[in-house]
Amino acid sequence: MPDSTVALHHEEQRPELLHHFAEPQQQRDASSLGMWVFLATEIMFFGGLFLAYLVYRLKYFGDFGAASKTLAVGLGATNTAVLICSSLTVVLAVWAAQTARRTLLIGSLVLTIVLGLVFLGIKGIEYKDKFDEHHVPGASFSFEKVPVPGHPNQYADPHHAQLFFSLYFVMTGLHALHMIIGLGIFLWLLTMAWKGRFTPDYNTPVEIGGLYWHFVDIIWIYLFPLLYLIDRHP
Amino acid sequence: MSMPIAMPQPERENYLNTKYGVWSWLLTTDHKRIALLYLISITFFFFIGGFFALLIRLELLTPAGDLVQADTYNKLFSMHGIVMIFFFLVPSIPAVLGNFLVPMMIGAKDLAFPRINLLSWYLYIIGGAMMVHCMLTGGVDTGWTFYAPFSTNFSNTKVVEAGLAVFVAGFSSILTGLNFVVTIHRMRAPGMTWSRLPLFIWAHYATSIIQLLGTPVLAITLTLVVAERALHLGIFDPKLGGDPILFQHLFWFYSHPAVYIMILPAMGVVTEIIACFSRKRIFGYSFVAFSSIAIAVFGFLVWAHHMFVAGTSVYAALVFSLLSYAVAVPSAIKVFNWTATLYKGSIHYDAPMLYAFGFLGLFTIGGLTGLFLAALGIDVHVTDTYFVVAHFHYIMVGGAVMGYLGGMHFWWPKISGKLYPEGWARLAALIVFIGFNLTFFPQFLLGYMGMPRRYYDYSHMPEFQVLNVLSTAGATVLGVGYLLPMVYFLWSMRYGKPAPDNPWNAAGLEWKTASPPPTFNFEEEPVVTWEAYNYEELDAPHSEEVPVAR
Repeated sequence: MPDSTVALHHEEQRPELLHHFAEPQQQRDASSLGMWVFLATEIMFFGGLFLAYLVYRLKYFGDFGAASKTLAVGLGATNTAVLICSSLTVVLAVWAAQTARRTLLIGSLVLTIVLGLVFLGIKGIEYKDKFDEHHVPGASFSFEKVPVPGHPNQYADPHHAQLFFSLYFVMTGLHALHMIIGLGIFLWLLTMAWKGRFTPDYNTPVEIGGLYWHFVDIIWIYLFPLLYLIDRHP
Repeated sequence: MSMPIAMPQPERENYLNTKYGVWSWLLTTDHKRIALLYLISITFFFFIGGFFALLIRLELLTPAGDLVQADTYNKLFSMHGIVMIFFFLVPSIPAVLGNFLVPMMIGAKDLAFPRINLLSWYLYIIGGAMMVHCMLTGGVDTGWTFYAPFSTNFSNTKVVEAGLAVFVAGFSSILTGLNFVVTIHRMRAPGMTWSRLPLFIWAHYATSIIQLLGTPVLAITLTLVVAERALHLGIFDPKLGGDPILFQHLFWFYSHPAVYIMILPAMGVVTEIIACFSRKRIFGYSFVAFSSIAIAVFGFLVWAHHMFVAGTSVYAALVFSLLSYAVAVPSAIKVFNWTATLYKGSIHYDAPMLYAFGFLGLFTIGGLTGLFLAALGIDVHVTDTYFVVAHFHYIMVGGAVMGYLGGMHFWWPKISGKLYPEGWARLAALIVFIGFNLTFFPQFLLGYMGMPRRYYDYSHMPEFQVLNVLSTAGATVLGVGYLLPMVYFLWSMRYGKPAPDNPWNAAGLEWKTASPPPTFNFEEEPVVTWEAYNYEELDAPHSEEVPVAR
């Protein structure tokens, strides 16, 4: 929560302690709890989408399998690896901030931002491919003669496939939007770190920014198998 | 400053006079000033919503559809619902009274995140501006429920803009809830344990939980509706095999608990008022506290009782019917505890107490008719009739608005530093009570006789007219009852007598500081050593001699 982290009053002793808190510990606890509560609301936000996905996956089981198989699993897996690596760099950044390692902090933040951009770039390539394949829902959507996995003589219903791709674009699109917001937060953390604002006594912004980033990662960890892996067999 | 020299002493500095100018208000992070910003904005929307209600009642005065066209009528009831629910009732008590009182009642200087609090007001204003723009450029006709596939595929009105307006206002509500939860957890004064919290705080805590866990689901639902209209994605589209019932599940998962967002804070207000004007500790403190939490939890498990005739399975309907009965238990616990608090109390009939009495009766009627609707057989008979309309207006207007007005009167001396005219206030409370019942009781009868809601023309059933005329007459009386407090509150700000710090001799930390309070609420940090609602101690004969802890 940027609110509790930017100093309003630049007192001599504790520039970062806001006037309405009694002590730094109270401020830290409030900020951290605030982010956890916010993440709970995010779970409910994505929860509605996961529910819709679950309903339609069960209702149109084979069609969803067929549509899922057209996604580029290699790119999706690469992106999963990219995000897991970025979670590592976030943890390093938090640790560096707590232990006053300024170079490591700045390096980890930069690396996190780079990995986030790589993720969005790969996602963009995937979107473009889907666009070229006419898999974007709408008037030009086309999903003809795609066999249902396990039923070679049966073709997937294009309407149901369109439901799959609607969910695919809403879920990954909202996830990407959260990534972009996360990049904004990390750019801000980077400027703060550059100015040397984080100390072992004051590093809550890095911590709660990291919480947010981990949350966005976890969403992807669920999206990846649901969207890409439901009908892959060795 | 053109103050006459004869004035003996300057006014004590408080949150109202500490700074002047538009920006000192628009950029304030003081929770009390933000509460006043909310008060002005929700009053504005209350009168817009009321204007639509007036047109609806005028149309129904005669059986023929003679005042407005059918399409216009659809827009009127849709925008009445959207404005009243999302822009008045949901923010009403939490964002005005809660914002003002939560930090003061727990002995904090401000909410945990003052700037997020300001952000939440700006989000409300942005959402509100979008809604006003939507209304001025054609409006929306989906009902406040935005049911798919009408909203997604068929309506030719401004669904996208209305949906986005509600979406933005929803985030305002989420941020308010987030602020309250963190504040109540982390900002309590020394000695202010959970069991010493005023029950107003418990009610707001429960409300915040619903705001936090329910509103995001509404947000994603509206996102999907907007995506379906604007981007031609198809999530609920039956042509693609999409399921409009899924929309209803997602929508009511928020919108049933949203009823408790509206009523729980009113219950908190009424608890404070009843304890104060009975001069007694509230009966069964922990039962009242935990019944708020129970309502919040059970409230999330009953949504499908809005969908008994929508094609849900019989077994699901049975379970949801049973769970809907279960949610009546904590509500009944509250009513019994309030009644037991009144028993042998030394009751004072001041205006806030009149509203609390009104709340007790009207909420009980609204709650009991809710049980009728939770019963499968009766619900099938009265679904989409005026019985339903009457039921939820008894809860939302008879309950929530009564609580809001009672709270506004109770805390007005603290908020404004001025006393309102008590005689006028009692008269207004009486007018509101009479007007309300005259408006909505006939609607129970109409609904049971079979008059459907959302129809602008009932010329094939002219025998409904008498009850409709009564209802319209009642709405007029109710309108007068609502205008009166606005007039005398505004009057009192200039001409009212200065309020003492504790005009009701009430318990609670907010009364132990000045009226109006200083910017940081307390001159020094309070330390709480007493239980909540210690009215027996306050009224004990020796209490004059004991110095009050200040």
